[in-house]
Parts: sequence; C-alpha cells; structure tokens
Amino acid sequence: MIYRETGQFKTSYASDQQLFPILQDRVVVIGFLVFAFAVVPFVASEYLFRAILTPFLILSLAALGLNILVGYCGQLSLGTGGFMAVGAYAAYNLALRLPDLNLIVVFILAGLCATVVGAIFGVPSLRIKGFYLAVTTLAAQFFLDWLFARVGWFTNYSSSGSVAAPPLEIFGYPIQGPVHKYLFVLAIVCVLALLAKNLTRGAIGRSWMATRDMDVAAEVIGIRPLHAKLTAFAVSSFYVGLAGALWAFVYLEAWEPLAFDVNRSFELLFMVIIGGLGSILGSFLGAAFIVILPIALNQLPTKLGIPLSTASISEIELMVFGALIVFFLIAEPRGLARLWAIGKEKLRLWPFPH
Amino acid sequence: MNLSELEAREARALEERAPEPRRASGSPILALENVSLAFGGVKALSDVSFDVREHEIRAIIGPNGAGKSSLLNVINGVYRPQQGRIAFRGEVRSHMEPHRAARLGIARTFQSLALFKGMTVLENILAGRNLMMKRNLLLQALRIGPALTEEIAHRKRVEEIIDFLEIPHVRKTVVGRLPYGLQKRVDLGRALAMEPKVLLLDEPMAGMNIEEKQDMSRFILDVNDEFGTTIVLIEHDMGVVMDLSDRVVVLDYGRKIADGTPDEVRSSQAVIDAYLGVKH
Repeated sequence: MIYRETGQFKTSYASDQQLFPILQDRVVVIGFLVFAFAVVPFVASEYLFRAILTPFLILSLAALGLNILVGYCGQLSLGTGGFMAVGAYAAYNLALRLPDLNLIVVFILAGLCATVVGAIFGVPSLRIKGFYLAVTTLAAQFFLDWLFARVGWFTNYSSSGSVAAPPLEIFGYPIQGPVHKYLFVLAIVCVLALLAKNLTRGAIGRSWMATRDMDVAAEVIGIRPLHAKLTAFAVSSFYVGLAGALWAFVYLEAWEPLAFDVNRSFELLFMVIIGGLGSILGSFLGAAFIVILPIALNQLPTKLGIPLSTASISEIELMVFGALIVFFLIAEPRGLARLWAIGKEKLRLWPFPH
Repeated sequence: MNLSELEAREARALEERAPEPRRASGSPILALENVSLAFGGVKALSDVSFDVREHEIRAIIGPNGAGKSSLLNVINGVYRPQQGRIAFRGEVRSHMEPHRAARLGIARTFQSLALFKGMTVLENILAGRNLMMKRNLLLQALRIGPALTEEIAHRKRVEEIIDFLEIPHVRKTVVGRLPYGLQKRVDLGRALAMEPKVLLLDEPMAGMNIEEKQDMSRFILDVNDEFGTTIVLIEHDMGVVMDLSDRVVVLDYGRKIADGTPDEVRSSQAVIDAYLGVKH
C-alpha cells in the first residue's frame, strides 16, 4: 500500500523514461541526498567520516566501475586493484610534475590514464571469455604491481617506494578536515553514479548487456563485440582509476604499491557479487556490506558489554563475517540489490496478502 | 444487427481477403551462387544456389541436419562459406559479416531463443535499433539534448512494434520470465526493430501450440504485407509452409533437391523420397 505507482499516469515517453518514474522513489532518493549532504556533516563524528563514510564512498565508486564491466558487460576482471593504482600514480605524477593543474583536472586525467591502460588490457577479452579472461586480467594486476614497485620514475625515485599526496585544494579553496573531504567525495560519487546510470540505460548500456547475455545475437543485430567490450573496459577503468586517485589522495594521503594489491581486486569483486551484478544500487550496498559490517561486528561485543579480548573479537569478527557472506549468497544469489527489489515488490501489497 | 447479418458481413470480409493478392514477385533481392560450407570433413552445404525475390515469402525446408540453419548463418555472416558467392541487392560478395549484414538490412530470429535474458522486453527490442543510434558516449552519459531526443524517438518506434505484436502488457518484464510463445514474439520484435529489408526466420513456430502458430503466421503475413519485408523462413510444420510461402526450396544432406511453388515441391519425387525414405 505504501509503495504503489497507482494513479501515476505517464503521458509521454520522456516521463516514462525518467530516472525514477515512481514518485515514492524520487521522494526517498531526494530525501537521502539531502540527508547525506545537509544533515550528516553536522551530526557524524570525526571517526565516522575518517574510518567509515569516506572509504565507503570511494570503494563504492570503484565497485561501481567494476560492476559496469562484470555486471553489465559480463567480462570478469581481477585487475581492479591494478587499475586503481594506475589512477593513483597518474594523479600523483600529474600533481607532482604539473603543480598548477586544477585538482579536478588531475583526477579526470588520472581516470583517463586508467581508461587507456584498461582498454589495452581489455583487448584479450575479444578472444578469451569467463574464467580465462579473469586470469589474463590477473596478469594485468601483477604487471602493474611490479611496474609501480620497480620503476622509480612513477614514485619520483622515493627510496622506500611510498609516496605522499600533495595537500588538496580546488580553486584556491583547501579541502582539509574530514567533513570537507567527505563532501568532496560525496559530490564526485553522486555525479558519477548518475552518469553511470544514464550510460547503462542508454544505447551503450544495451550493447553491453546484449554482449553479456547472448553475444552471437548481439552481433547479428549489428552490435560490434569489439566496440561493446572495449568501451566497457574503458568506462569501467575510468571509474576505477578515479576511485584509485581518490583513495590515495583523500583517504590514504601517503601510500605504497601494496595499497593496491590483488587483495583489493578480490575485495571489490566480492562487493559487486554480494551487492548485485548489473545494479548501480548494488555497488553501494556491496561496498557498505564489506566496509561497514566488519567494523560493526568488531564494535558490537564492546557495545553490548560482553567481556572479550581484542584478539578473540577480531577472530570472531572474521568468522561471523564469512558466515554472513555465505548466508546472503544462499538467501539471494543475485545480491543485496535483488533483495531490495523483492522488498519493494512486497511493499506494493503490504499489509494485504494480494 | 442480427446474427445472420453479422455472419454475412464476416463472410464478405473473408471473401475480400480470400483471393490473396499474389505478392508481386519482383527481381531477386538476395541470391546465393554455388555455396559450399564444410566443418572439417562434415559437409553442411554443397553447391547450393537459390534466390529470394523482393517481397516474397521464401521457405526453406528439409529433414533434420539438412543444412537449413547453416544456410541462414551463411546469409547473415555468422558462417563463412568455403566456396560460392552471395549477392545482396546487386552487390556480390564471397561472404557476409554479421555486422555488415545488419547494416545492409538483414535481420534474423533464432531457432533456440537467443534473447537478452537479463533485459526487459523494451530493452531487447530497443537493442535492435542500436545500429541507428549515433550519439556518442559523453552525450549518452549526460543524457541531454540529442541523446535524449534520440532515445525517445526510438522508444516511439519500438512501442509501435510492441503494439503490433500485441505484447504491451509485458513491455517492462524481464524477458527470461516470459512464457515461450511471448519470447518468440520478442525475438521477432527485436528483428523488426532493425527495419530490415530481408527477415530470416529460423523455425519461428517450433514448440508452439496451434493458437500460437496461428498468431505467429498472422504476424509473418502482416509484416510481409504491411512493411513489404522479404521473408526467408525455415519451418517444419508443412501446413504452415504450404500456406504461407510463395516458393519453397528443399534441402537434404546439404544439397538442394527441389525448388519451386509449394505445389511443385509437394509433388516432387525427390522430396517425397527425402521425407519418407526410399525402398532399397
């Protein structure tokens, strides 16, 4: 009863094709955005910004990028960490070597560097599918790890291999402190999520999904697999690279190549699978699950007053976290986004049985 | 109006339709010349030649494994024949490519459904118009101006196809959840969305009950009549083939054994032998 589209008549295709055709959806989304932009900055603690919200947003962006490739275009990739590293080091070198460049431009160029690298490593996807493609993208991961660890130019010949980001500043306005950083990341993530949504519901998104679902039929209706797969790799890598630059500059501030190793790739892939393949919302839900749940589990015993040593808490955290992943994947293999959709479907009728 | 009047009217309407205007069999729009296709040692097609005239319904029949689907795959470029040539609208080629065939106006449906299962009916049919959508990635991402106008204009055409196929109630349903008969219609809709010159139908009525077959036959005739689309059809239901098609080509073990009007083919000894077997 609460969530019904009854009475909301669409009289033009434009209004039927808008982002959220159902009024209730629009209200919830706008309310959520207002809450995130106008309320959260005043109520959340510094710890919440630093340890949870900012990393959650940045990893959501990376998961969103990966979801475009894996969820929408059906190309399995394990090189995400490597592409994040490309974005991070590209941003570092741009900021270092062209100090006058605007930070926004630096981030966009860093994303474009990742786009180029991603498209190059996407070429094998034209001949290789599924798990085999995953292995070739793993090669990209190891190559990029090696490149940034061994080639001194990328780290400006830093002896320890670790580098530090310059202070953040846009149009002479410094981005310091957790609240500013949070708002900066939030704004970027919102804009990019909107662009991703538009892409996936447009012609290019249909060519990605067609390639994913039935590549022979896609070819027969005139969709070139080369074009579809490489644009998916390119767009995905742009998002991942930009997320890498943000991760390095905003969250880590100083980092070494290990920050973008293969574990990061796996973590992002898990986010996409748990959140929901082929869903923008799923990328956010998956990132929330992986980022926030372990922290919540870690703090739960202390909050409840259960006397446990720190060591056993962290052991239990891992066990419960693993069990929850298994549980959610059994309950709904298509991810949290699917659970959300089922919930919405139920709300149309609730509290009546049918 | 009483019942007898109504019956009389219906009879009149039927009569008007009955002497179906034999489709003007124009010049050949598509011709295959001496096409041979082999997979390793297996010969799928050997030395097959036939043509399709503009605006006709051309059926390809034959026992299982006769090479019918391979023939369609040669026409729209999924397979590359070792020998022979394909002429389409005056241009002669040694082989087609799927992308070029789509661009030139050859669409097809599939024997085993090849829909995009995770996409809605609307998205599936819209995908058929992807070739005509030219806006670049950035405009699509921003979804402003020309990209939005384009999207809406194509939506309008797709809605016409959805109305024509009588599936407006499921337009936003994910295709994987639809019953088989409707999925077949969506497959046809996706091909129609390309506004093809030639439509290749690979067993459009396989696995259907009698009513679904009647619906599908009606759609095929309407497409042929109203849009003037040339149709090449593979079908096992002989009743359907004999009723719908203008000319029939018969394949057996990759060879053409008969070619002509339904009546000619029906009385051909070679065809009877192929279907019923010969006494040794």
